[in-house]
Formats: sequence, structure tokens, C-alpha cells
Amino acid sequence: MPIEVLMPALSPTMTEGKIARWLKHEGDSVKSGEVLAEIETDKATMEVEAVDEGTLGKILVPEGTENVAVNQPIAVILGEGEDAKSIGAGKPAAKKTEAKAETQDESPKAEAKAAAAPVAPASTYGHQDDTDLGETKVMTVREALRDAMAEEMRRDPDVFVMGEEVAEYQGAYKVTQGLLQEFGDRRVVDTPITEHGFAGLAVGAAFAKLKPVVEFMTWNFALQAMDHIINSAAKTRYMSGGQMGSPMVFRGPNGAASRVGAQHSQCFASWYAHVPGLIVVSPYSADDAKGLLKSAIRDPNPVIFLENEMLYGRSFPVPVDPDYTVPIGKARIVRKGKDVTITAFSIMVGVALEAAEELAKEGIDAEVIDLRTLRPLDTATIVESVKKTNRLVSVEEGWPFAGIGSELAALMMEQAFDHLDAPVKRVCAVDVPLPYAANLEKLALPQAGHVVAAAKEVLYR
Amino acid sequence: MVAATAKKSAPVKPSMTKQASPPRQAEKGKPSNQDKKLLLKMYEDMLLIRRFEEKAGQLYGQGAIGGFCHLYIGQEAVVVGMQSTITNDDAVITTYRDHGHMLACGMEPKGVMAELTGRQGGYSRGKGGSMHMFSSEKNFYGGHGIVGASVPIGVGLAFARKYSGKNTVSLTYYGDGAANQGQVYEAFNMAALWKLPTVFVIENNQYAMGTSVKRGASTPDFYKRGEAFGIPSMKVDGMDVIKVREAGEIAVAHCRAGKGPYVLQMETYRYRGHSMSDPAKYRTRDEVDKMRAERDPIEHLQAQIIDAGFADEAALKKIDQDVKKKVVDAADFALTDAEPDPAELYTDVLA
Repeated sequence: MPIEVLMPALSPTMTEGKIARWLKHEGDSVKSGEVLAEIETDKATMEVEAVDEGTLGKILVPEGTENVAVNQPIAVILGEGEDAKSIGAGKPAAKKTEAKAETQDESPKAEAKAAAAPVAPASTYGHQDDTDLGETKVMTVREALRDAMAEEMRRDPDVFVMGEEVAEYQGAYKVTQGLLQEFGDRRVVDTPITEHGFAGLAVGAAFAKLKPVVEFMTWNFALQAMDHIINSAAKTRYMSGGQMGSPMVFRGPNGAASRVGAQHSQCFASWYAHVPGLIVVSPYSADDAKGLLKSAIRDPNPVIFLENEMLYGRSFPVPVDPDYTVPIGKARIVRKGKDVTITAFSIMVGVALEAAEELAKEGIDAEVIDLRTLRPLDTATIVESVKKTNRLVSVEEGWPFAGIGSELAALMMEQAFDHLDAPVKRVCAVDVPLPYAANLEKLALPQAGHVVAAAKEVLYR
Repeated sequence: MVAATAKKSAPVKPSMTKQASPPRQAEKGKPSNQDKKLLLKMYEDMLLIRRFEEKAGQLYGQGAIGGFCHLYIGQEAVVVGMQSTITNDDAVITTYRDHGHMLACGMEPKGVMAELTGRQGGYSRGKGGSMHMFSSEKNFYGGHGIVGASVPIGVGLAFARKYSGKNTVSLTYYGDGAANQGQVYEAFNMAALWKLPTVFVIENNQYAMGTSVKRGASTPDFYKRGEAFGIPSMKVDGMDVIKVREAGEIAVAHCRAGKGPYVLQMETYRYRGHSMSDPAKYRTRDEVDKMRAERDPIEHLQAQIIDAGFADEAALKKIDQDVKKKVVDAADFALTDAEPDPAELYTDVLA
């Protein structure tokens, strides 16, 4: 019975990819484990191995095809005595199988993965404000971050990048792609898996007036480096009476990705935002990611730069001007409205904008503020908005207790109490470690529906 | 100068419990004028640390110094010997027992003492205290209260030196207690991997707070831990400033030659408690008295100086008097200087 080869999911967040090259051709015999094709994902080029034996009967998706969805049939393998002619006419193969990626863990059940195909990405909601970006080019958040680092490295020889897999591997999430080729291994430094150690080393380099950009493969791993971020980087300027400081950036993906479980899925925004001596930035769109990362690298203080893996592949228009920067400490009203203020940062800005569209259908005009910087927080912009709408919904991917929303609620009581017509409402992750199962994970994280419900609640509708 | 007694292949065995016979300068030929200058300078530096720390202990007792205060008395030969091998362009970092390092880096006793008393004339304008003091001018990078954390930072200082193409080094001091922190070995690995110019100086004063080396370390040979990373190392008699200097010269030259890091284990002893509030019940009074009587680094150097004919007792007494005056002046300043302006509370959080 002919067996369909399906486009495999090669990472937790992959939804589509490009067939870069077929290494086997129609009529070739195929053995289990042989490389059939190369697939380019947003992160890397990977080999696809055959799981079943037989003859490559037909290539359904020619090489060079982009945006091939995960689970789409890309080829058919024929068993003994089967004929390629039967493929076109016949029904799709009864038995489906999936190619497996060489670099993935050996999965005992290939079929199991097909069932766990990644969910389609949320639509990309661009900022709906009238910020003049000048001439722009559409690029992904990933490319914008890379360009920001490259431009700042060209501008200042003291800027260097270090972290796990940033150089030869081109970045675990491909964010540092091409930096090694342009700047060499003196300035793009692959570290051992040693977060505590290399964070401390980078702080020392910053004390000595270099400007390190430290990539954590994810912020979860930075828990190992927490002492250096807080005790060494954040406090030294104060403890030294201003004699020395830490002009550096700690960056990497923060928050939930896609079904990577509790130890790999956590929002650290409120943790770092608590600490004097740190600056905490968490952008949503590619233009802000680029402009803020450039500002962060130029800033003389230690900057915590919280990215989001799910956003890396999303595209936005980005100014082409290499001098374009976004000031730290300024929120952005990304959608103007008069009925309710919704604040969010990072990936939740998209959720908030989606909710705002839903609310608009019901005649509710929501104002959405992208906080962008969490410390120092642009409280004035939020207060001004609340004075107009008299209602605030805070959206974040982190837990509720002592979160960013808790702080906003306190600030509004202190600074906008008389303007509030309803208690501040927090939309957060559920107060549990993030579960693995697809349905439970979705239940644990804020969705647009939660934001819509919260907005209606503060509007008493 | 006396010949090197510390060699990589044959680490110096410290004789901590028996009387060491002082090396005889005369046996090494006629000492040069250069040696005389150096030895007298080291004597003065060690004495300054000793008297400064004694005064700090007094001021703590009077309530003029608050918080934690860790005295360096007994360990003076380590920092003075090591500092004599580097220049002001080299970087220095240590843990919290740091007053001696600051003085040996050339920081002003007044500024250090005023920081201890929390005054505006202190190096951190009263915002750091005993454990958190820095001098960008003297390339002294602290003063760190978190045991072990200064080690990767010290390697980072070396990284910056290599990155910038400067032929300078960093000295990364830490104690036998810090030597059991995991990040020390993360730092060893990177320093060796990238051939970074730092000397890891382990000041083994025998006690990590109240835990003796034998109760806290699987082996007392901390220097051997460098071998696992391919870092050359040696064990040094840290109560003998000349031996410290000789070992330091070998290690620093190794770094300057671009060969990567070096590990020196300094066998030393602190006379006072871990901090001022330590009753030191974990060791006997006899043990301390014996060390003071038989192994005191300052008395040892004094004997060597007199032996070599570099100075007589009167000349040494003059040095002592000058040092005492410096310390008294520092204490006077530290007690009379104004407290920081309340506005200082909010400065230096961010640049």
C-alpha cells in the first residue's frame, strides 16, 4: 500500500517550511533512515529521513516550494509490487506516516507526533497607531533583532554577543544568524552550557567597559544566572557610588512557547521588574524589537530584554533607517479607544488587539497600550488613558500573584483612583505550572476571549 | 631576590605547624638595593593593612562601624606579595574580606575607613560598606558579598583585557570556602578554554566561616582542581611574602605570555574571627596563638630585612610610626566626616 510522506514538524513552534532539496528522486529505492530531503524551517535547515522502506514513487511537492504546511503530503513511497501509476488515480494512502527529522529525539511512535501537530499561529495584529516609521521593510521579529545587533556591532567595537550556540550554530532560534560570519569569533562567542559562569563573566567584561549582549537560550535557564543579574549587574553602580556599572543586555525568549512544559515556559517580567538597577523591556512588534534592542545596547545600564519565541517568525514593517531607535521607558498606544484601556506586553499585545476587534463588533471601543518597557514603567501614559476610559484591564502571560497586573492595579489606586469606574481587572496565566497537554496548555494561557470577558466585566456588560 | 622555591612540579609544602627557618638573604649573595626597596615597601604595606584592620576592629567595637566586618589580619603576605607582581593597569577582584586588597591596590586608607563608617568620603559614598567597595581609578573591582560570585567576574575582567588586546591581567582572589562554589569551575573552564589572563588566587585561611577545610572540602589541595581544566597551579606558603611574590611572578608572566590562567593556592591563616561577631569556637586559642607566635608574616619579613641588613630596628620602628599615623588620620577622618546627604539615597541606581 503506498505510503504518504508528510511534511514533518521539526520544532515545537513550526507550522510550515520550505522543501529546500530532494536528495532522492522518483524511482529511487529508499531505506529506513536514508535522507529524503532537506527542509528549511524558520530556524534551521534540517534533513528528513525516511521511516518506511520502498521506492520513492512520486514527489508531490517539488523542491524550492515554500510555506509547505506541516502534515501536508510531500511524497509517496511504494511498497514491493506497487506501481507509481496507481498514485495519481487512487485515493490517498490509507496508512499515513511521517518523515522524521534527524536531529529530533527518537520518538517511538511517529504517528503520535502527527496527532500533536502545532496549532496554527494567531494572526499577526500590527500596531494600529499612526507612528511615522518612515520608509519600511517587512521583516520578522527574528530578523529585526539580528539586524539590531549587527548594526550596533558595526557602530561600536565594544559590543559583543555571547551565549550558547550563538555563533557556529547560528543561534538556537536563529536570532544571531550571520553574526559570526560578519564579526568573527572574537565578537560572537559560543559559550559552554554554563549560565551562571558566563553571566558572571559578562558582568566582569561590562565592569571593564565592554558592552556584552548575553543571549540566554531561554530565560528559564537564566534562573541559574540570577545571582549575577541581580547582585552583580543591577547593584554595582549603586554600591560603588557610581564608579562602575554594567552596560550590558541580557536577552532571549521569555514566556510560553508551544507545549514545551513547565520548566521551559515561564514569564519573568515581574521578577526582573521588581529590581532597582535593572531596565526591563519586552517588545511585541518587529519595529519595536529592533528599535528597543538598539536602545538597550546603547544604554549604560543592565537591560533585561524579554523576547518571545512565538513572535520570532511574525512579520511587521520595520524602518529601514539604521539610526531608528525606540526610547526605553515609553509605552505605545497601539489602538486608540474611549471605553476601556487594555494594557499588554510582548505576545499578549496581539491577544489584546484581537480582543479589541471582537469588542468593536459589540460596539465597545477599546484602547490598547503596548507597555514595551516594564521598568521604568510609563505610568503616565496608562493614567492618562484611564482618565479617559475609567477602566483598566491588564493582560500578561505571567502568573497573577505579584504580577505586572498587580502592580498596575496598585498604581491605578494610587494615581487614578478617582477616575476608576470599576476595579482593575487582571488577565493572567492560570496560577499553575504550565501543563504539557495541548488542551490544558491552552486553558492555562490568556486568550482573546478572556480579555473580551474582562473588558465587559469592567464595563458591567 | 631569593631564588624561586615554588615550582609547578613540586608545590611548596607549607609548614603551618612547625617553625619555618627564615631564608637567609646572605646565602643568595649580596642583596641588591632594588631588593631593599622592595622589601621595605612590602613591609610597610603589610604593616599598613595590619594596623588598619586593628583600628577597624576597635571602631567596630565602639559601634562606629556597622554590619559585617571581616578582618584580614594574618593574611597580609598574600595580597602584598601578589600585588607586587602587577601594575595599576591590571585588575583586581576579591570576595568580602577585602580591606587589605584595597589598601594594597593603593586606595586611600581614609576613603576605605570612611566607607566602613558609612560616611560621604567613603569610596562608595557610604552606599557600599565593608564588603562592597570599588575603585575604577585603581582598577579594583570589589568587594563582593556573594561568596564565589567574584570569580567569574574576575574572568570577565580578563576577557575584556584579551578582547581589547591589552597585555594586562586580572587577579581573582577568593577563599577556601568560595572554592567549593560551582561557578568557580564554570569560570575555570572558560578561562582555560579561551586562554584568559587571570590568576586565581585561593586564600586558604583554613576556615570557611566556622567550617574547617577538612570538614568542607573533599581534599585540601584546591590547587589540584585546576589540573582538571589543564590550568597549571601551585601551592604556596602564603605566610611568606617573598614566596608569594615569586609564585605570583611565575603566574603573572604565564598570563602575560598569552598562555591562559594560573592557579595559586596560598596557605594562610586569619587570626581574627570570620567576622567581628564570630566567637570562633571552632578552633582553639592555642592554635591561633601558635600561628601568631611562629608563622606571623610581618615578623617573618622583619627578620629577613634585619638579617639582610636592609634596616635596623629603629628604622623599622619609624615605618611603624608612620603607618600608625596614617591609620589614626584615616580613623579621625572616618569618624568626623559627614554622613551621606539624604539625597544620595536616590543617586547611582541607574546611569
